[in-house]
Amino acid sequence: MGKSIIKVNQLHKSYQMGTNSLHVLKGIDMDIREGEMVSIMGSSGSGKSTLLNIIGILDNYDKGEYYLNDILIQKMNEKKAAQFRNKYIGFIFQSFNLISFKNAIENVALPLYYQGVPRKKRNQMALEYLDRLGLKDWAEHTPAELSGGQKQRIAIARALISKPKVILADEPTGALDTQTSYEVMDILKEVNKSGITVIIVTHEHDISEMTHRVIRLTDGLIGSNIKNGIHQPTITITNN
Amino acid sequence: MFDIDSWQEIINAIKKNKLRSIMTAFGVFWAIFMLVIMYGSGNGLKNGITEGIKDFATNSGFMWAEKTTKPFEGFKRGRYWEITNKDITEISDQIKDIDVISPRLNGWNLQKGENVVRGIRSAAFNVMGDYPSYRKIDPCTMPWGRYINDEDIKFKRKVCIIGEKVYEVMFDKDEDPVGKYIRVNGVYFMVVGVFKSNNPNINIGTNKKETVYLPFTSMQQTFNYGDEVHFFGITAKPGIKMNDIINKIKPILQKNHKLAPDDETAIGKVDIENEIKGMFYTFLGLDIVIFFVGIFTLIAGAIGISNIMLIIIKERTKEIGIQRAIGAKPLTIISQILAESVFLTTIAGFIGLAFGTMILSLVDMFIDKAHANATGDEPTFFLNPEIGLPLALTALSLLIIVGLIAGLIPALKAVKIKPIEALRHE
Repeated sequence: MGKSIIKVNQLHKSYQMGTNSLHVLKGIDMDIREGEMVSIMGSSGSGKSTLLNIIGILDNYDKGEYYLNDILIQKMNEKKAAQFRNKYIGFIFQSFNLISFKNAIENVALPLYYQGVPRKKRNQMALEYLDRLGLKDWAEHTPAELSGGQKQRIAIARALISKPKVILADEPTGALDTQTSYEVMDILKEVNKSGITVIIVTHEHDISEMTHRVIRLTDGLIGSNIKNGIHQPTITITNN
Repeated sequence: MFDIDSWQEIINAIKKNKLRSIMTAFGVFWAIFMLVIMYGSGNGLKNGITEGIKDFATNSGFMWAEKTTKPFEGFKRGRYWEITNKDITEISDQIKDIDVISPRLNGWNLQKGENVVRGIRSAAFNVMGDYPSYRKIDPCTMPWGRYINDEDIKFKRKVCIIGEKVYEVMFDKDEDPVGKYIRVNGVYFMVVGVFKSNNPNINIGTNKKETVYLPFTSMQQTFNYGDEVHFFGITAKPGIKMNDIINKIKPILQKNHKLAPDDETAIGKVDIENEIKGMFYTFLGLDIVIFFVGIFTLIAGAIGISNIMLIIIKERTKEIGIQRAIGAKPLTIISQILAESVFLTTIAGFIGLAFGTMILSLVDMFIDKAHANATGDEPTFFLNPEIGLPLALTALSLLIIVGLIAGLIPALKAVKIKPIEALRHE
């Protein structure tokens, strides 16, 4: 296993709800190494989305430390955060979050647009990525004309095009049927094999079982951290 | 910044809210349209009026005799009196601030039936008696011949100059009138020139186009006016106020004719300097009104644009969130929203500008046509409604600034939304 790509020490995060403070993350320690494929599980309210947002620099934390590629990520201005996101992280969302009026190729090329890559070059690169995901023929179609699986593959292509170190997938299969879910997971495994760290937030066991490691959050703390195939999870859910 | 993607964003944002965009853009369109129309009309009015008086001596005045309204030194009120040659001599001798003094006769009693005859042609025209100096008060051009000169006055020559209309009626088109005779109330006068006033809008005592002008002295003698002066024009030396001169003339006339010093209406007067000053303030007031109405309409339009931008951003919160999650910098988002706002404002404003200018040029065309067909007797009060290129350019840059300001609040609001909140927004 390679060097540490995401390292979190004693991470705390609470939200202010009027006068009440909701303590969501209560001291998370986590170390994800380069090239790993990790799933984060937990019931709703366990803090897994908050953790993912902090890792994705979409949100900041209150206490502790977070190192991304050995760089300490602290409270930073939005411009810098945007640059970090663009450089290190590719996002995949449950609801795909494609831009509806742009066609597939423009959606995929969008991160490069923000990097200032010329249109011709970025569209050519986008086409390559679409080709790799078997969507070359759909390049000119808008999201509304595509199926869920196709949309998610476009989203993956978009996440990959900026050559990130880490892919953060928030319930990537949540809106897909089993068949398509497995196809998407196969793609993510391929991505992982190319050396990119993949972190998947999911509540589906069959999905988490395809990853190297399952991190389970319980009430804002790491409940278990188990390498797949060696240990059984501490909390067993019988009716899956 | 302005590549295909930026334009795509702009066009899409507008297309998504077609009706609302059009309604909002209409506000700006209307503001600019109104500004152009108002400004152009204001200019037209100004042009029309100043064109009609452009050469008239602005530091001039006129005085004449009126019925007395107060008894004085045994005279009853309601007495008629006459200015005389002696008064004029005294005034010009005693008051050194006067540049030009020009006594005039108005032959209103000569205008009975068709008083002007040439061969088989005859018509009714006014007859005036003038000094050469009158040309300094009301400048004119002479399409034919010359103006009345000092020799005419000295030798009381029986010559005359005629207005354009008189020439038109009494002579053939392009016929040289100089040296020809016309009969004015039974007396033959030789035409020495045709008179075309530079100030057709100022007519004092007579319509200048329909008047025969005789040398003052010839007219006094020929038509038995004795030493009467019906009224006189004066101009002040540079830096002297016309009103001061009028106030110095009054005592002379009051003394010579036994008028009550406190009889304000016994001496008729018009102070052109004052009239023009009043007109200047009227124009200034007009400009200010136009400016404020225009600016406030424009502000209302800008608020409309700002409003719709806020709505667009609210609807696109999620999209903005996605863009920021995949690496759009806040500046990218801000410039995108500003570009949208400026685009909408500029397009709307430009159409307003074009439409307004079109209307103005149509009006201009219509006026020109009306002028060509007019008999030429009515004075012009509306001419060349137009806005200059500087104003057009100012308006356009103003629009861009307005667009920027209108987009600023929504843009800042858009970047304040954290990407995470935007993504959660369903």
